[in-house]
Amino acid sequence: MLSTIASFINAAIIQGIPLLFGSTGEIITEKSGNLNLGIPGIMYVGGISGIIGGYIYEHSVEKTVPIICILVSLCASLIGSALMSLIYAFLTQTLKANQNVTGLALTTFGVGVGNFFGGSLLKFFNESGSISLLDTGLAYKKALPFASKLGLFGNTFLSFGFLAYTAIIIAIVSSIILNKTRVGLNLRAIGENPATADAAGINVNRYKYLSTLIGGMIAGLGGLYFVMDYTAGAWTNNGFGDRGWLAIAIVIFALWKPKSAILSSFIFGGLYIICVYIPGLSSSSKEIIKMLPYLVTIIVLVVISARKKKEHQPPQSLGLTYFREER
Amino acid sequence: MGAPAIELKNICKTFGSITANKNVSLTVNNGEILSLLGENGSGKTTLMNMISGIYFPDAGHIFIDGKEVVIRSPKDAFDHKIGMIHQHFKLVDIFSAAENIVLGLKEKGKFDIKDIEKKVADISAKYGFDIDPSKKIYEMSVSEKQTVEIIKVLYRGANILILDEPTAVLTPQETEKLFAVLKKMKEDGKAIVIITHKLHEVLAISDKVSVLRKGEYIGTVMTSETDESQLTEMMVGKKISLNINREEPEGAQDRLEVKGIDYESIDGVKILDDVSFTARSGEILGIAGISGSGQKELLESIAGLRKLDGGEIIYHNPKTGTSDNLRDRTPTQIKELGVRLSFVPEDRLGMGLVGNMDIIDNMMLRSYKKGKTAFVERKQPRDLAEKIISDLEVVTPSANTPVRRLSGGNIQKVLVGREIAAAPTVLMVAYPVRGLDINSSYLIYKLLNEQKANGVSVIFVGEDLDVLVELCDRIVVLSSGRVTGIVDARNTTKEEIGLLMTGTKGGSSDE
Amino acid sequence: MNEKEKKTREPLFHIAKRPAIEWWKAWLIRGGAIIASLIVCAFIIVILTKQNPLEVYAAMVKGSFGTPRKFWAMLQNLAILLCISLAVTPAFKMKFWNLGAEGQVLFGGLCSMVLMFTVGDKIPNWMLIASMLAASVLGGILWGLFPAVLKAKWGTNESLFTLMMNYIAIQLVAFAIMVWVPSGSSVMGLVNSTTKAGWLPDLFGQKYLINILIVAVLTVVMFIYLKYSKHGYEISVVGESENTARYIGINVKKVIVRTMILSGALCGLAGFLLVSGTNHTISKELAGGNGFTAIMVSWLAKFNPLIMVLTSFLIAFLQKGAGEIATNFKLNTSIADILTGIIIFFIIGCEFFINYQIKSTKSKEGK
Repeated sequence: MLSTIASFINAAIIQGIPLLFGSTGEIITEKSGNLNLGIPGIMYVGGISGIIGGYIYEHSVEKTVPIICILVSLCASLIGSALMSLIYAFLTQTLKANQNVTGLALTTFGVGVGNFFGGSLLKFFNESGSISLLDTGLAYKKALPFASKLGLFGNTFLSFGFLAYTAIIIAIVSSIILNKTRVGLNLRAIGENPATADAAGINVNRYKYLSTLIGGMIAGLGGLYFVMDYTAGAWTNNGFGDRGWLAIAIVIFALWKPKSAILSSFIFGGLYIICVYIPGLSSSSKEIIKMLPYLVTIIVLVVISARKKKEHQPPQSLGLTYFREER
Repeated sequence: MGAPAIELKNICKTFGSITANKNVSLTVNNGEILSLLGENGSGKTTLMNMISGIYFPDAGHIFIDGKEVVIRSPKDAFDHKIGMIHQHFKLVDIFSAAENIVLGLKEKGKFDIKDIEKKVADISAKYGFDIDPSKKIYEMSVSEKQTVEIIKVLYRGANILILDEPTAVLTPQETEKLFAVLKKMKEDGKAIVIITHKLHEVLAISDKVSVLRKGEYIGTVMTSETDESQLTEMMVGKKISLNINREEPEGAQDRLEVKGIDYESIDGVKILDDVSFTARSGEILGIAGISGSGQKELLESIAGLRKLDGGEIIYHNPKTGTSDNLRDRTPTQIKELGVRLSFVPEDRLGMGLVGNMDIIDNMMLRSYKKGKTAFVERKQPRDLAEKIISDLEVVTPSANTPVRRLSGGNIQKVLVGREIAAAPTVLMVAYPVRGLDINSSYLIYKLLNEQKANGVSVIFVGEDLDVLVELCDRIVVLSSGRVTGIVDARNTTKEEIGLLMTGTKGGSSDE
Repeated sequence: MNEKEKKTREPLFHIAKRPAIEWWKAWLIRGGAIIASLIVCAFIIVILTKQNPLEVYAAMVKGSFGTPRKFWAMLQNLAILLCISLAVTPAFKMKFWNLGAEGQVLFGGLCSMVLMFTVGDKIPNWMLIASMLAASVLGGILWGLFPAVLKAKWGTNESLFTLMMNYIAIQLVAFAIMVWVPSGSSVMGLVNSTTKAGWLPDLFGQKYLINILIVAVLTVVMFIYLKYSKHGYEISVVGESENTARYIGINVKKVIVRTMILSGALCGLAGFLLVSGTNHTISKELAGGNGFTAIMVSWLAKFNPLIMVLTSFLIAFLQKGAGEIATNFKLNTSIADILTGIIIFFIIGCEFFINYQIKSTKSKEGK
């Protein structure tokens, strides 16, 4: 029984990590007032860029070095998601396009990019079969050296690849930056009331660009974690599924707080796979349980709008374009 | 004496066809308080917004300490140690006072909110402010919010302080405290500009007074060498004869009785305080006041757009002879009562018209519900649009042109034309000639006079005292949401109205 | 400060809202954006396939018009996309961000399938089809109504709400399939393939003709509704300015709820057409992302149903055409999404040049 619970917690965390990257990234973006619905697309691109980088490296050398495997694919992933975020920021900030439409187009585009290269990469190199980057995947999956020595506890909480810990560290650091630093204060002010932030001498445009960029890059790591650690270097089209949207749901569930996003992601990750751990569950009930995260999110959304507690609302200017000389 | 702290030379700013500032020049020295005086729309706030980096001037020069500077953004303004306290507070609601105060600052060292709260408390203690630095803005009263704004500027060590109508929301005690602070800062050698329209405050606090009128710079006088009547005259100008027609009202009957209405904003500020007057048929009733004295809320309350906190609005129906209370009724319910109420709001494109719709569709705003079918009838609106275009000489490519593309004067003709076409018994117009050229303005006056001759009760909210005095039969003067006087327009002077508006007469500004 | 120093410190240009632009200039800008995007797409295709771009575009035309079968399939895709686009349009015109069309279509389709599956052989076919239609429309309405009512009551953020509703619908469909397909293969085959109960009949031998005709009629009706009906007029006023709507006595909340009922109903209808007219089965991918694509189609057409015929044709053509190049050049079909994305980026980006102008500071000073 204990080992089942332990393995469930372990699996919940593994499922939760991509969601945590995605939701932390989206929180940082939304705090600047940008509702980036392109996050699911960005996560796809983050994943496939890492795959492409790793593939090219593995195919250009005789013997791979784990650390270089990681560096190459990590850089490729970050560049990919940064470019995606720049498209969003350029269209919504500089060209003042509608955020919803831009975000949805970006998701269409990003999922397309992911599936296209995932499906065609091998053909470009005249190979057949499916993508599988064993060396890179292995490098990512390497657990803390002492994890297995700590028995059940170690196996449950310390057996993950380094990206998993990175996700938690990023969420905690984001929380500290948002709540305890000037940069965070300025960023939150922009999301609440850009005109006030502008009047206080904050460069609204630069903050919005940077937070969208950094948020997107963090979210992209979620895609990278999924393809490198979770599936161990293998790509299957649409394999990432709707996790990007689930990440956006977590943003609401966590009330726009990165620290709460950590636990929320693990809860949502747990709900994603809990059906495997409940004995005797019919396959139809499993689908109902998978519905729970979204249902809970809606309830949270409705409750916060009904209670109208100021601290729990979405950033006030979320989704709106800011233009100074408006009169 | 060194170079002046701030000097403006020939500053100009236009918004579309409206000139907000024309060749304005003024000087403030260190250790000096300057009052900037002017009626609504005289361009005071626009001028100060250009110093604080909100707007960028079209032409002119700004000198700080004798050096020419370019202020592109609020950040540039901070760098020149300019701090502005806006009339509409620029605060983030869910932040605490201390967080708002340090917002956007680039101080060296660790960011510790407790430390900042202590510094804020020190400043408060030094100047005698009473504020809890950790209190959230949304839990604060208006005067507390203003205190935060002032501390924000002090915290940044501003050398040049601009305060836009700072006393409008303060109690007399708070005003006194504020003045004490300002005097302390003046002794520190700071340059202070205070925008106000309360003459006794001008005389009490400032060293010199600069007056703007209709965007133009009128002059500067030393406070010690002037008095209220000279300032009023500078502010309102010499009486200019406009030659607007005015007939004696005929057979005037009470049409709309406003009885002691009260209205509070969401922040709990009293916008309308026991306002009473009667509008009669066949006359033009003017409403004068500094902008923001409650004119907008008054008209919107009558039109059924606001929920009042007290009082009654009684309409005497000339057809049926019955009297109805319009309070808390929606526009549709008012219409269903058979009240023919037309309203030309101040915000023409934001409320009265839809900018992206063409003239015909804008005509339909009032009439689209007519007819039993589910479809709108465009024949009559088209005829009406054509009629208004030809009768009022609206310059437009066609009736199918979006009103957004018309000039300000033509937009107003379309709006007024539509409201008059509904054959109203009460016609409310708010600032109907704002931004219009002379010819269009006279056309509007003519239309209002025609309505008056038809026995309509016209309520005219205006800002140009010359027009109010020549066009209206009686004038209600509002000051801070209260009626400070109802005068006979034929036997009054601009100075009398000016004094009522600024609250120095009628004893209502100080409570 | 000398003149040179001053110049460098002044902003070179600043951006201002345009008062208005002639309609032909606006369409010229949009046309230019589409051409620019096609050039970029051509570059990408050339890089990927190393073929002459004209040949590739020819292959794309073949994909949509090559054979009658391909042509009808393209028309069917166009019809469904157009139907959903029409559905989301009234809500968008009112500035209600309904991102839940996907879920509304899916739930509508599910309602049809419940009847088709359970009472398929128990009642006359016309009655079955009629009740399926009614069930779908009601289902779509239900899915749109929750967010609308709560938006009107508490101001609940509708874009996030409708987005989440999509996944609830997806899971409900997955649940139903698990119940109906005992093998657990999670793929549902054709339902009633022998009796054809609940299948929309062929018209003149064409399987999709009924779908296409219904959507064609709907396009005209929606155009008339938005342009000539009192409801359509109210939607425009609420969307342009809630202040004006209050000023003339429109009950804004009522209009929001009423319009979302319409929007949901049409999404439900699209679900019915997909289940009864096209697929005769159901899967989680029933709407196939069209619920999101429709938002872009509607936006690109500036909410005009007649122009939406063109924009949804553009998308349907791209998808079929890209499918064709994908098979011809052994590439993945997702190339269609990439091309769609690029074209949309260009079109939404070009709106900036229609709404804003860039003013040079120097020219204003006249120096």
